[in-house]
Amino acid sequence: MGIAMLKLQRLKNIRGIDPLMLLFYILSLSLLLFVFVTLANMIVGQVLTDFAGLVETAASKPVIKSIFLSLYAGFIATMISFLLGVPTAYILARKNFVGKRFVESMLDVPVVVPHTVAGIALLTVFGANGLLGAPLEPYIQFRDAMPGIIVAMLFVSAPYLTNSAREGFKSVDPKLENAARSLGAPLWKAFAFVTLPLASRHLLIGSIMCWARAISEFGAVVMIAYYPMIGPTLIYDRFLSQGLSASRPIAVLLILVTLTIFIAMRILSAGWRVYDKDQ
Amino acid sequence: MIKINDLHRNWKEFRLTGIDLEIADGEYFVILGPTGAGKTLLLELIAGFHQPDGGKISIGGKNVTGFPPEKRNIGFVYQDYSLFPHMNAEKNIEFGMRMRGLMSRGGSKVKAKSKSKIEEVAGYLNIGHLLHRHSQTLSGGEQQRVALARALVIEPDVLLLDEPLSALDPGTQAMTRKILKGIHNDSKLTVIHVTHDQTEARILADRIAVMMDGRIVQIGTPDEVFDRPIDVRVAHFVGVENVLKGEVTASSNGISMIDIGGKMLEAISECPVGDTVYACLRPENVTLSKTDINSSARNSFEGRLLEMDRMGALVRVKVDLDGGFLLNAFVTKPSAEELGLAFGEPLVVSFKASAVHVV
Repeated sequence: MGIAMLKLQRLKNIRGIDPLMLLFYILSLSLLLFVFVTLANMIVGQVLTDFAGLVETAASKPVIKSIFLSLYAGFIATMISFLLGVPTAYILARKNFVGKRFVESMLDVPVVVPHTVAGIALLTVFGANGLLGAPLEPYIQFRDAMPGIIVAMLFVSAPYLTNSAREGFKSVDPKLENAARSLGAPLWKAFAFVTLPLASRHLLIGSIMCWARAISEFGAVVMIAYYPMIGPTLIYDRFLSQGLSASRPIAVLLILVTLTIFIAMRILSAGWRVYDKDQ
Repeated sequence: MIKINDLHRNWKEFRLTGIDLEIADGEYFVILGPTGAGKTLLLELIAGFHQPDGGKISIGGKNVTGFPPEKRNIGFVYQDYSLFPHMNAEKNIEFGMRMRGLMSRGGSKVKAKSKSKIEEVAGYLNIGHLLHRHSQTLSGGEQQRVALARALVIEPDVLLLDEPLSALDPGTQAMTRKILKGIHNDSKLTVIHVTHDQTEARILADRIAVMMDGRIVQIGTPDEVFDRPIDVRVAHFVGVENVLKGEVTASSNGISMIDIGGKMLEAISECPVGDTVYACLRPENVTLSKTDINSSARNSFEGRLLEMDRMGALVRVKVDLDGGFLLNAFVTKPSAEELGLAFGEPLVVSFKASAVHVV
């Protein structure tokens, strides 16, 4: 210990690095490697050992269908989250009311609830005999159908968009809205031309997070809609019936597709910094 | 005319109580008060950003109390300018016209008229060369002029200014003060200007309302407010550095004798004998000399120099009147040198009876 400290001390003298910062660098590197190695090992391993299998999987119809369904259902869930979450976020950012903390905690609950629990809860509402599922039965089915996938994704992913949007609206000084109002803008115009553009980066990041979360959801979706199979369900299904070697190519494919999309979106949005409060 | 009747509002830690104001057309009206007095809240109520709990606001004879801000035709400028950070200076200035549809609808004639109005105002404020600059890259003074232009191009009925100079450095402050004065002189626009700065109020105001703890405590011309504050608190706030407690011992023909710590002060006042009063004397109205000079000043006392602070253009001198009280006086730097001011030096202080205001 003493020697180690001495070495650290010397390092500090040589490189000007504080021992605490060195410790933090090492720990953060461990975390980074943990994530990176896990994913890279799977992807690289697949590409090196069984590239033909990956190509074959990419050409298989059920696989393409399931991955597309994940993206598509996730996208719709994100759209609905946006429509409902943005007004909610604006109210939370601008207004104070009794029970606001309760409302905020309530909106965050889906983040902490185990996903299978969320699935059960959703079934009791949207299942064939559920609170809403039963009266809606003649018009729309949730169980083992697209709407079921969407409500499950919506439930678990909406908080990400709402929270990000709320932070975005909070970062826009209400005085800017006041100034716009004084210049003749009704509230909706002040919102559309001042608040919304200034919060747009937060809204975009929130939407990406929301979509990513929706695509990655498995537990809640599988409880309410095993079929039609989304990507994660298909991977699970193949894993149980045919083992690791059959499910891994699908997993690799799913992660490659989603990573490509998210990296592209991040690059596109990187230059999109219209406003930072502390700039 | 802007008329405010019995306005009430509680908001967070601020409480406005029974605000009554009448501001004439073309008047430059300053609301002066310490931080936390509720000045900004009052201004925001006039603008319509908040709704009052009670009372009435009318602008130009129209009761606008329940109106949203966009229907009041006001110009509003904040201390931190509040330019839209995602627009350049020109887009900021155009904003009000765009909201009124003057930049798109109504044909090119209307648009051309709007454009020329913007150019005119930008030229007047000397920001024509800044129009294409991004608002966040401008200096404080430039941003403030853009904010003024933005408020002025919509030709408001009243211009509301919330501490418009407080965030600027002294040089820019003086320049912007001149601009504000110029705008007011040239356009005869009604201006309501909120500030905690006495100098600003004194230079710009036609009339001043002093606000404290959510109430208007005094309204008057700058001379009235600064020379004849209504009570001790206002006196302290408007920079009357000598507020002396005493007792009236004699009073006749509008002249009162006031006993302050054994010294007799002569003041223009009609207070009844036996009253406990406060004599207010501005430090700039006190004359210092080495020996008793024969002047029209009715009050003359001997004392010793206790403290001396250089404050730039002026020197503040604290004089201990032997066996009496302490008195603050301002002298210019050359006269301080001429008097050879030094600690403990004997001095004669004198001031006119009319310089003493009794509350």
